[in-house]
Amino acid sequence: MVEIIGATRLHPLQAGHSSALSVSVTLAENATRLSLRAREDAIPAISKALGLSLPTKPKTSTSEGTRSALWLGPDEWLIIDTADSSVVADIAKAKVLHSAVDISHRNIGILVSGKGADAVVNGGCPQDLSLAVFPVGAASRTVLGKIEIVLWRLAENEFRVECWRSFSNYAYAFLQESARDVAV
Amino acid sequence: MAQSTHSGSNRIAGIGRLVPAKTVRFTFDGQNLTGLEGDTLASALLANGIHLVGRSFKYHRPRGILSAGSEEPNALVDIERDKSRKQPNVRATVQEIYDGLKAKSQNRWPSLTFDIGAINDVFSPMLPAGFYYKTFMWPKFAWKTIYEPKIRAAAGLGVVPGEPDTDRYSNRFAHCDVLVIGAGAAGLAAALSAASTGLQVILCDEQPEVGGALRYENDVQIDGISGYEWAVAAYAKLREMKNVRVLTRTTAFGYYAQNFVGLVERLSDHLSRPAAEMPRERLWQVRASKVVLATGAIERHMVFANNDRPGIMLASAARLFLNQYGVAVGRKVGVYTANDSAYAAAIDLKRAGIDVPVIVDTRNNPSSAIIDEARSLGIEVLTGHAVYSAGGKRRISSVSIKPNEGGIERKITVDALIMSAGWTPSVHLFSQSRGKVAWDADNERFLPGTYAQNCVSVGACNGTDNLQSALDEAIAAGGGQAGTIVATGGTNWIAGMIGSAPGAGADTTVKAFVDFQNDVTAKDVRLAVREGMHSIEHIKRFTTNGMATDQGKTSNLHGLAIAAEALDKPIPSVGLTTFRAPFTPVTFGAIVNHARHDLFDPTRRTPMHAWHEAQGAPFEDVGQWKRAWYYPQAGEDMHAAVNRECVAVRNQAGIFDASTLGKIEVVGPDSAKFLELLYTNPWEKLGVGRCRYGIMLREDGFIYDDGVVGRLAEDRFHVTTTTGGAPRVMHHMEDYLQTEFPHLNVWLTSTTEQWAVIAVQGPKAREIISPLVEGIDLSNEAMPHMSVREGKICGVPTRLFRMSFTGEAGYEINVPADYGKAVWEAVYEQGKPFGLTPYGTETMHVLRAEKGYIIVGQDTDGTVTPQDAGLTWAIGKNKTDYVGIRGLLRRDLVSDGRKQLVGLKTVDPKIVLEEGAQIVANPNQPVPMTMIGHVTSSYWSENCGRSIALALVIDGTKRLGERLYVPMPNGVIEVEVTGMVFFDEKGERLNG
Repeated sequence: MVEIIGATRLHPLQAGHSSALSVSVTLAENATRLSLRAREDAIPAISKALGLSLPTKPKTSTSEGTRSALWLGPDEWLIIDTADSSVVADIAKAKVLHSAVDISHRNIGILVSGKGADAVVNGGCPQDLSLAVFPVGAASRTVLGKIEIVLWRLAENEFRVECWRSFSNYAYAFLQESARDVAV
Repeated sequence: MAQSTHSGSNRIAGIGRLVPAKTVRFTFDGQNLTGLEGDTLASALLANGIHLVGRSFKYHRPRGILSAGSEEPNALVDIERDKSRKQPNVRATVQEIYDGLKAKSQNRWPSLTFDIGAINDVFSPMLPAGFYYKTFMWPKFAWKTIYEPKIRAAAGLGVVPGEPDTDRYSNRFAHCDVLVIGAGAAGLAAALSAASTGLQVILCDEQPEVGGALRYENDVQIDGISGYEWAVAAYAKLREMKNVRVLTRTTAFGYYAQNFVGLVERLSDHLSRPAAEMPRERLWQVRASKVVLATGAIERHMVFANNDRPGIMLASAARLFLNQYGVAVGRKVGVYTANDSAYAAAIDLKRAGIDVPVIVDTRNNPSSAIIDEARSLGIEVLTGHAVYSAGGKRRISSVSIKPNEGGIERKITVDALIMSAGWTPSVHLFSQSRGKVAWDADNERFLPGTYAQNCVSVGACNGTDNLQSALDEAIAAGGGQAGTIVATGGTNWIAGMIGSAPGAGADTTVKAFVDFQNDVTAKDVRLAVREGMHSIEHIKRFTTNGMATDQGKTSNLHGLAIAAEALDKPIPSVGLTTFRAPFTPVTFGAIVNHARHDLFDPTRRTPMHAWHEAQGAPFEDVGQWKRAWYYPQAGEDMHAAVNRECVAVRNQAGIFDASTLGKIEVVGPDSAKFLELLYTNPWEKLGVGRCRYGIMLREDGFIYDDGVVGRLAEDRFHVTTTTGGAPRVMHHMEDYLQTEFPHLNVWLTSTTEQWAVIAVQGPKAREIISPLVEGIDLSNEAMPHMSVREGKICGVPTRLFRMSFTGEAGYEINVPADYGKAVWEAVYEQGKPFGLTPYGTETMHVLRAEKGYIIVGQDTDGTVTPQDAGLTWAIGKNKTDYVGIRGLLRRDLVSDGRKQLVGLKTVDPKIVLEEGAQIVANPNQPVPMTMIGHVTSSYWSENCGRSIALALVIDGTKRLGERLYVPMPNGVIEVEVTGMVFFDEKGERLNG
C-alpha cells in the first residue's frame, strides 16, 4: 500500500495476550481496507477488477488469496487484503459506477481465537454465533457492548473483529474481560 | 426419633439428602452456628431451632421463615463478605450457606429480640393503610423535613452497602430452539423430549439442583425409581448432551418481546472462597424460538389472626426442610389447611417421629385416601374447623381452634404450625410475555389463557394437577410422544381457598396478614374498599399489597379475593394486576455486567494522544473524545498557558490536534449536486483542489452544522464536520440521500478515523512544513487560502488543506491515522526553531472568537439562522433548492426582533463576562427585567489586550455602538455592542 520513509505506523493497541486463558485476544496484522459501494449492475466488473467475486448474500464473505470481500449491505462491502496489496489500484480499473474509499487506517482488526471464541464474542454481541447460523466465512456488521463492529468468522474457533481505531481500546478490553469469563 | 445435634438440634438422622459429616460453620447476628453442606441459610437456622430471623417492614413484628423458596416475603437478611461485598435483603431460603458465611438480621434496633421499632405494632391502629396520604398533610414543609425522613427510617429493609462493589459480573448472549424454564418434573421431561429431537435446548432453574417438587414429594415414582432419583438421572443425561445447556442457580427474571428472556446465573454466592477470576453473577440474554414455562405453583398461606408469628410456615416448605435437608421445623407441629396437600407434609413429619397434634381443615366434609392415612397414623383431624388465632410472640406457642361458624374455642400447644390454603400457578413469566390469563372459576385460580408469543406452559403453572398429565403435556411441548414417561403419586396442585379464613372476616379487627413483606392485613384491604378504591390497581397502591420485593407471590390472590368479597363482585371483574419483570430482585451488577470502569463507555483518543499526555496536557471531554485542552509549562496555570499559546500562534506558529473533526468522503458523479442540496452554499462551480466553508441547515432553517469541504476530484469531496456533530451529520446526509434524493449517484463513507489531522497555524506555518512536504507547491499563488492538495509529507500520503480556524495562514495536514504521531513529532521538531507552540482546544476557542468564527452548539442553539449568525454570505443567492430553504422564508425567521449574533466589549476591558449571562437594555428597571439576549462566548484575549465576547442579542446588528448591561450578583457590567471580529478585521493575515 504506502511506502514508509519518514514516519512509522503506530497502532492504538500494543498489548499482548494472557496465555492463561483458553481464548486469546490479539491484534491483527496491518491490512489494506476499502469501503466499497456499488449497485448490483456494477458487481461483475468490480469482481473482475478485484479478482474475487463480491458476495451478494447477507452475512457472507468471499476470499481469494489474501483478499476478502465482506457483505455489509446490498450495496456495501468491506474489502480486506491482509497483504500489502494493490487493492486501491486494482479497484481503480473498474470503469463502472462505484465508490471506493481507503479506510485502512480507520479500522483495527482484533483476532479472537481458541476454544470458546464464540462465547467470548457473545459476551457483548447479541448475534447467534452457532455454526449453523454463523458458519465459517460469515460476516456481519453488528455491535459489541456499546460499539459497532464488523464480525467475521475465520474458523470455527476464530473470529476477526473490525472496529474503528478509537474504539479499539474499548473492543480489546471488552474482549479480554469476556475472555476471562469464558476461561473460568 | 434419632437426632444429630452436630448440625443443629432439629436435624433428624437418616432423613434428608445432606451428608452429616460435611459441616459448614456460619454466623447469624454474631452467633456461631453449624450447618451442613447444601443447606440454605433457612434450613440451617431451622436446624438450630432459630425461627425468629427478622422484623417486619412497618410494624416491626417478629418474623420467621414462611417458605423454602424464592417467594419468601419474611426472612430477609444481610450477607456480608467484606465491606464492599455486602448484600441486603437476601432471602434466607435462597442463600446457600458456606464456611464463614456472615448473616445479619435487618430492620431491628438495638437487637432482633428487643426492637424499639416494635412500638409501631402497639400504635398500629394509628397506622392504617394509606395513613401517610392523610395524616401528614400539613404543615407543608414538614413532609420533606420531618415526616418523610422519619417514616423512611422507621420502615424499611436492609442497609445499602457503603462502598463500591468489587465483584465482577459477566454477560452472555445466547440463542436456542427451546428454552425450558424450571427443572421440576415437567421441565425435565420437556427438556429431555426437545433434546432428543436434536434441538438446541437451554434448561434453567433457580435452585442449586434440579427436581423442583420432586425434592420433597417422596411418594412419587417415575419410570420405576423415586421421583428424585429420576430427576438426578435426567439431569445427568441432559448434561451429557451436546445440544443442551443446563443452568442451575439461574433465575429467569424477565420475559420480553420476541421470546427474549433474561436469566441471571449466580456463580459464587454459595462459595466460601470464590476464585478471584470468577464473576459473581452472569447475565444470560437468551433469544429462544420457543419457550416452555414449567415454573410450577406457589403455595399460599392461611389468612388468620397473628398468622405471621415465627414458626408458622407453608406446609410444602416444612416438607422440603424435612425431606431434603433432614430438618424438622418443630417438635409439636400443628397443621392448618384448606386442601389435601398439607396432609402429605403432616404424614411425613409424623413418620419422621415428630408430634403432629392436630390437622385443622376448614373444609366441611373432605374425603380422600390421604386424609384417612393421616387419621390412621393417629393424627387428630378437625374438619370444618379454623385456627382463630396463634399464640406466642417471637415463636408460635399455641393455636386457638374453633368450628368455622364459631363456638367453643380449643387451645392446643404447638411450637410450629404448617399451613396450606392451596396453590397459585406461577403465571408471572407468562404474564410478562404479555399473555392474557384466564380465570378458572372451579378452582379459583388464574391460568395461562391467550398466548402472545411462541410459548407453552406445562405442569402446575398450567393448572395441570396430576403428575402423569403434567409429564405428558411437557413431553408434547418438547415435540415427543406422550406416555413415554410413566409416573405415580405426587401433589394435587388444587386450589383450596382464597381470601380470609374464618375468624378473620369482615366483622373482625384482627391482624390477619395478607402481604407479610409490606405488612398488609385483610383489614387494610377492606379499608381500601371503604375508602372508595374499586379497582385492584387502586387497592394495591393504597394498601401496598403485592408491591414489596416479593411482588405478592403469596399475597396477590388473597388480597384480590378479600377485595372482591368487600366489593361484592366476582373476582375477574375486580381484576388482576399485571406481573412485571423482574420475577425476583436482580442485582445492579448483573444488569450492568461488563459496563464498569473503562468499559462503562468507550473513551476515544486521537493518534497523538500519548504525545499530549507526555507534555502534561489536561484533556477536555468532547463527546467520547479526549482532546488536549492546553499545554502548561512549569509554573503556568491555565490562564497563563492559554495566553502564551494564543500569542505564539499569531506571532510564530502553533500546532494543534484536529483529528477529532468529523470527516465524510462524498463520492460519485452527483456529489456536487448532493452537496448543493445539503448545504446553503453553492458547490457545482467549486474547482478541484479548492475548499469552501459550508453551512448545513435543518428543514426549519436553523443551523445544524458547519465545516470546510474540499473538492478532491470532480466526483470526490472531503467533507469536515464539527467533532460532536460527526455521527449525526453522517446520519442526516444518509437519511436525505436515501429518502429524498435516491436518484443521485452518490455514496458516503465516514473517514473521521482514517485521517489524523495536524493543524499548523501562524505566520511561520509554511516555512515549518515546507521541508517535509513532497510534490506540492506551497506558494501562495499555487496553493492559496482555502485549497487542498494531495501529496506526501514525511514520506507518507497526505491530504494537505490550506485553511484556517485561527485567522492566521495555516494548514491542516491529514495523514493516515497510524502515521499521525510520527508526522506530528516530525513537524514539531521541524518547527521548534521557529517557535512552533502546541496549543489546545481552549486556545483554539479564543483564537477563533478573536476572528468572530462561530462554534455550532456554542454560539448557536438550534434556533439560529445563517442571517442571525452573520453568515448571509454563505447562502447561495441563485440557489433554488437546499434543505432549509423553505424554512428560511418563514415570517418569524425574516421579521425584526430576532436574536442576532454580535460582539460585546466590556467598558472595563479587564472584566471577562460569564458565558450564559443575560443582557438587558436598562439595568434600572424592576425585577424581573426584560432580557434581550445572552453571552454565548467570552474570553480574555491576550492578543487584543482585553476581554472579548460574542452574544445573541435581539436586533443585535441594529445596535452596533449601543451600550447594554449585564446584571450579575456583584453588580452590573456595562458593555458595548460591536462587530464580531476583534482581530485583523480585514482578514489579511489569512493570505500571508
